[in-house]
Amino acid sequence: MKRTRIRGAAVAILAAGTLIATAACGDSFDDGGTNTPQQSSGPAALQILIGSSGDAETKAVQDAAAAWASKSGNTATVTPAQDLTQQLGQALAGDNPPDVFYVDAGRFADYASVGALEPYGDKVDNPDDFYQSLRDTFTFDGTFYCAPKDFSTLALEINTDLWAKAGLTDADIPTTWDQLRAAAEKLKAQKITPLAIGDTRDRIGAFMVQSGGWIVSKDGKQATADSPENVAALTYVQGLLKDGLAAYPKSLDAGWGGEAFGKGKAAMVIEGNWIKGAMTNDFPDVKYTVHELPAGPKGKGTLSFTNCWGIAAKSKFKEQAIDFVKAMTTVDQQMTFAKAFGVMPSRESARDQYTSQFPADKAFIDGADYAQGPVNAPKMDSVLADFDASLNGLANGDPKQILGTLQKNTQATLAG
Amino acid sequence: MTTAARDRDDRPRGGGRRDPATRRRTGGGIRGNEGVAGWLFVLPVVVILGVFLLLPILMAFWVSLTGWEGQGSPFKSGVPFVGADNYVRLFTEDGLARRDFMTSIRNNGYYVLVVVPVQTALALALALVVNNRMLRGKGFFRTAFYFPSVTSSVAISVVFLFMFANSGAVNGILSVFGIDGPAWFSDSRGLIHIVLGAVGVDSPPAALTGGGPFGLTWWDWLSGPSVAMCAIMALVVWTTSGTFMLMFLAALQNVPVALDEASELDGASRWQRFRYVTLPLLKPTMFLVVTLGLIGTWQVFDQIYVMSQGNPAKTTLTPAFLSYRTAFKDFEYGRGAAISFVLFLIIIVLTLLQRYVMRDRDEKRPRKRRS
Repeated sequence: MKRTRIRGAAVAILAAGTLIATAACGDSFDDGGTNTPQQSSGPAALQILIGSSGDAETKAVQDAAAAWASKSGNTATVTPAQDLTQQLGQALAGDNPPDVFYVDAGRFADYASVGALEPYGDKVDNPDDFYQSLRDTFTFDGTFYCAPKDFSTLALEINTDLWAKAGLTDADIPTTWDQLRAAAEKLKAQKITPLAIGDTRDRIGAFMVQSGGWIVSKDGKQATADSPENVAALTYVQGLLKDGLAAYPKSLDAGWGGEAFGKGKAAMVIEGNWIKGAMTNDFPDVKYTVHELPAGPKGKGTLSFTNCWGIAAKSKFKEQAIDFVKAMTTVDQQMTFAKAFGVMPSRESARDQYTSQFPADKAFIDGADYAQGPVNAPKMDSVLADFDASLNGLANGDPKQILGTLQKNTQATLAG
Repeated sequence: MTTAARDRDDRPRGGGRRDPATRRRTGGGIRGNEGVAGWLFVLPVVVILGVFLLLPILMAFWVSLTGWEGQGSPFKSGVPFVGADNYVRLFTEDGLARRDFMTSIRNNGYYVLVVVPVQTALALALALVVNNRMLRGKGFFRTAFYFPSVTSSVAISVVFLFMFANSGAVNGILSVFGIDGPAWFSDSRGLIHIVLGAVGVDSPPAALTGGGPFGLTWWDWLSGPSVAMCAIMALVVWTTSGTFMLMFLAALQNVPVALDEASELDGASRWQRFRYVTLPLLKPTMFLVVTLGLIGTWQVFDQIYVMSQGNPAKTTLTPAFLSYRTAFKDFEYGRGAAISFVLFLIIIVLTLLQRYVMRDRDEKRPRKRRS
């Protein structure tokens, strides 16, 4: 019995050893540097992974890719991802990333810091034409990595009926924090919830920018979360929440600010240009106007959200991929995308064309001049998610303590 | 296991020496090649288990010792080896990583404490009902009770999301009784905190906020499951008790009717028959159900993923979900793997503990236990 067991163990070890050896052989132990062999001749087969907002976007990108492919003699396959972050993570881990993919601005630093992205930013046509705030968003360690696809900014939407019902006029449209509060008080006197605001950094953060602060310094190297400017911003928002002048969507029985606004549960909301689509589809009867966010003590401020066309550092067809991105970021193509699924062109030269086509969106596109992009530092996602969780309880929380925790966590993360 | 112990007891007491016949059999001789043949027969399974089970586990363990960032294979030369750093961070370093992990342990701890006893009791009760000789339409009830278990957990989770919505069915029923139901999935208050609040302890006593183990204050540890977690618990109890009911039912049908009748003749009451005849005979099944329940509840993932993603305020964060989020959302693959190995250890330790608690106490056991 004993000997059988020993023999069994020996066989098992042998089997395991063989398995590991086979697995190791498949790995070939290359150092995996960025010098991926490039295919120089023959047509390229580009794989493009997109995080699509819906069928309209998928179709628009597929059409554009097909047009590029037939013109350049390559093939391009567009795949809409179910969960872009996870699928991309798996593809990168498996050493087989798609050639071109969307990179969310909030994730950009994660990818750039580990060398997954090809820094091709300055190789596209006229790179200085992209809005400076977007270029900053996709710059890591001083290198402009990838071309911004398009962008969105936050603005203040006002329900005109509720506004008039409270006896307010165009002259009351707030342009400063004080005016926002004054208008809100008048609305509240009429038993209307004045403002719906999402309970995350992606909405409340705008107040931090208006106050002159932000979570990290401009170069993304220092944590500046507990600055007095940020404390002032959170204290102001807390005041609105406490006095019933602003409410989180959840307490208005809505999933997000746009829903609360559309249902007429709040007279104002701070949302981005995606609210247009939601309003046309779900609440076509609600009349509203869009205005720039009220300025804080340090002037105007808003947040921008954007994706860029990332090219994998390990792509075999970098040249063709850059050519593809060039085709996707021409003014004409960006305008086609804008018409198809309501995004704003990332090129400044498309601005006039866009404003003449969509005059109602002036407030959104004007925000590009002073918009702040997402936190541009790697591994910050869990820190910011923690910040969001504490913003949930801002009404009864202590802004200083919330920001203190954020500062501590940000410092720890930035230090590595 | 008890059977294993009995096997040991059956061995000849001759100081462990085997008789020559056995020894010859394992050596060469006419049946000498049996071992090789045997291994050949099991080779396919060994290979499949090795490739798809053992090897991935070993690879994951390696990843948990590295600072791999998800670029290419983790077995390349450039991947930094960090030793136990990923584990150390979870336990000793004051920071977000430890706080998230400990919060998830707390949440899951309360979850296990509630779900395992409730689902076991419910499963047993359902099995007793279905096993009742007087019950008509047994087949119908058996199917009805088992139905939640065969339905996709994602589909059920979505249905529960609707039921527990602010203006959903559950709050509708509560309002009939004049109760203003909570906003289930956005309510992060812990049950114990709520109860304490009801008796007037709204703010934590200073003794509990000053400090506590692993970066959470005692007040945080003692929060109880949040309201949101309770909704998820209700769902899980409802879905899994059907499966366990089947196990109990199978065991109940093996209980000899003669025993039951004999005890009835002896004048045992209904309760006594259940407590002193049926229940002891169900003990192996009870062990199985509690063990499977423990393992399943510590690994809860899909309900969290579909229903709450760890929100509100991280009160439904569980180690399994945290491991996934850390690896695939934060790209900290090493720490994600480390969390799953700690979870693995927790499950092992708790199962061993449970086995010790539920051991057969009546049986005379040898003083020295092997292994």
